[in-house]
Amino acid sequence: MEMVYALCVGILTACGIFLTLRGRTFPVVIGLTMLSYAVNLFLFASGRLNVQDAAVLQKTAENYTDPLPQALVLTAIVIGFAMTAFVVILAMRARADLGNDHVDGRLPAQPESAQPREKA
Amino acid sequence: MEHLAILPILLPLLAGVVMLLPPVGNELSRQRTLSLVTLGLLLLVSARLLAQAGSGEIELYVLGDWQPPFGIVLVADRLSTMMLLLTSLLGLAAMLYACAGDDRNGKYFHPLFMFQVMGINGAFLTGDIFNLFVFFEVLLIASYALLIHAGGKQKTKASVHYVALNLVGSSLFLFALGILYGTVGTLNIADLAAKIGQLEPTEQTIASTGALLLLVVFGLKAAILPLQFWLPRAYSAASAPVAALFAVLTKVGVYSILRVFTVVFGEEAGALAGIATPWLWPLAIATLIIATIGALSAHSLRQLTGHLVVMSIGTLIAGVAMSTTEATGALLYYLVHSTLVTGGLFLLADMIRQQRGKAEDRFVTARRMCQPKLLGVIYFIGAMAIVGLPPFSGFVGKALVLQAADIAYEAAWLFPTVLVGSLAALIAMSRAGTTLFWNISREPDACERVSKLQLAAVILLLATSPLLVIFGGPISEYTYDTATQLHGMSRALEPLLPGGTGQ
Repeated sequence: MEMVYALCVGILTACGIFLTLRGRTFPVVIGLTMLSYAVNLFLFASGRLNVQDAAVLQKTAENYTDPLPQALVLTAIVIGFAMTAFVVILAMRARADLGNDHVDGRLPAQPESAQPREKA
Repeated sequence: MEHLAILPILLPLLAGVVMLLPPVGNELSRQRTLSLVTLGLLLLVSARLLAQAGSGEIELYVLGDWQPPFGIVLVADRLSTMMLLLTSLLGLAAMLYACAGDDRNGKYFHPLFMFQVMGINGAFLTGDIFNLFVFFEVLLIASYALLIHAGGKQKTKASVHYVALNLVGSSLFLFALGILYGTVGTLNIADLAAKIGQLEPTEQTIASTGALLLLVVFGLKAAILPLQFWLPRAYSAASAPVAALFAVLTKVGVYSILRVFTVVFGEEAGALAGIATPWLWPLAIATLIIATIGALSAHSLRQLTGHLVVMSIGTLIAGVAMSTTEATGALLYYLVHSTLVTGGLFLLADMIRQQRGKAEDRFVTARRMCQPKLLGVIYFIGAMAIVGLPPFSGFVGKALVLQAADIAYEAAWLFPTVLVGSLAALIAMSRAGTTLFWNISREPDACERVSKLQLAAVILLLATSPLLVIFGGPISEYTYDTATQLHGMSRALEPLLPGGTGQ
């Protein structure tokens, strides 16, 4: 289970980093989202992966799962959600204001014919 | 007054919420009054907290009375109350300036400003690193909105970079927290400090990864070398009061580095002691060099000020890297000075911009300003202070930092970089002043004089420079006491942990 879990986190992080380094805002937003998924899984695992352990509520159990990482993940999810919403709106605003969806606000130099028309 | 320590977080939160509701929310004048009253109250509260902390006692505010390593705890010690006072002073001045008209350019300026102040105050007060993350996010999301406030191409462009970078930073922050929690089993700063020394050698390697990831995150916030490229553009695009308030944002990064790498990974941390130092020292020097080059190449006053912010960060990080009590005391003095003066310069740059028509604050020939004498005198004082010429506080601050470099190789690196940096700043500032004030093409057609509020805000900030010199004795004494307290922090907090004897 640890192996699958670690692979999931690793692949999500790698995809996230790759997409974040792309030149256009949409892949960057997707990349940031994937990074935040990866980090949520990672945080969850920081309390160790326990199977069939009781939640901290039960008084008689011998082994408990660590409740703190769950609380941390919950907080991180909420914050990540708000941030994703903001960055999506910002990307749309940038597309409208700057006339293209490149992260630098201008397209890299291209052959004349390939250049998309600027919006009035 | 046992609840005093939480007021710096609650006051702006409540004010911000009230401002969104009808009786206050639909009228600008009421919002302005409420903002100024709240920031005034904050100033009083933080001054009171500072006086309390000045006696050397560390006040713990335990929320919900949960025992410290488990619950949320606020720590009001010398360092955090000093930063609170600095924030409220800067915030008050920026708000005064905004009330002269900048807040009219878009909606929700005042609530956003309040949430920003709340985030900054929270980051200074919190006693565990997960809440440091939470307050970082609070201040960041407010800063995203404030940066793009009033809109415009430049702001959108700068925002995309700033937001994307900081979101990656937040993810790294969480990775670091996960690693530290997975190895040490706690996120409370005092508890971390107590437990970090007892790690197994295999766990030490993992924990050091977490620690260095934290350094990357704080380095991004503080704008240390490879992560500083966003700063001049973002700060020069932001509206003046926002840029002035942002002057303290980079210092939140410096504060976090100081707090985490002095208290947790300080002398008591066993094998992990001083883990950041070998990285911080070369990065600080390189930051100074790149900021020197940047300052010489800037083509508007706001950009120049942005590069000077980076330069001050380089000096501060060098102080952190020396990791002695003396250096910490010196850098805290310099931190107060550089925050207030760069904040003032951002406001001044905006006043100059308003009077130069289309040339704005770029270094080109333009029409004469309406009030060249008034602005010139203020500019002169601001420039002298930031460059570090006597009799202003920049001189004292830099002298203290340089004096703290007592090992030969430290001095050999720090003296030339700081001094050449100051010389470059002097050249850049005098060149800027010459162009802005004397390179005139024609007389102004219409005269828009600066408002009294704007003037008051700038004078409030820049007047602190001579005041920091006049009261240099008590202030530097306070910062040195703060440094002593900070370096002994891991021991000082230990007895407070298991009992939960906080107020």
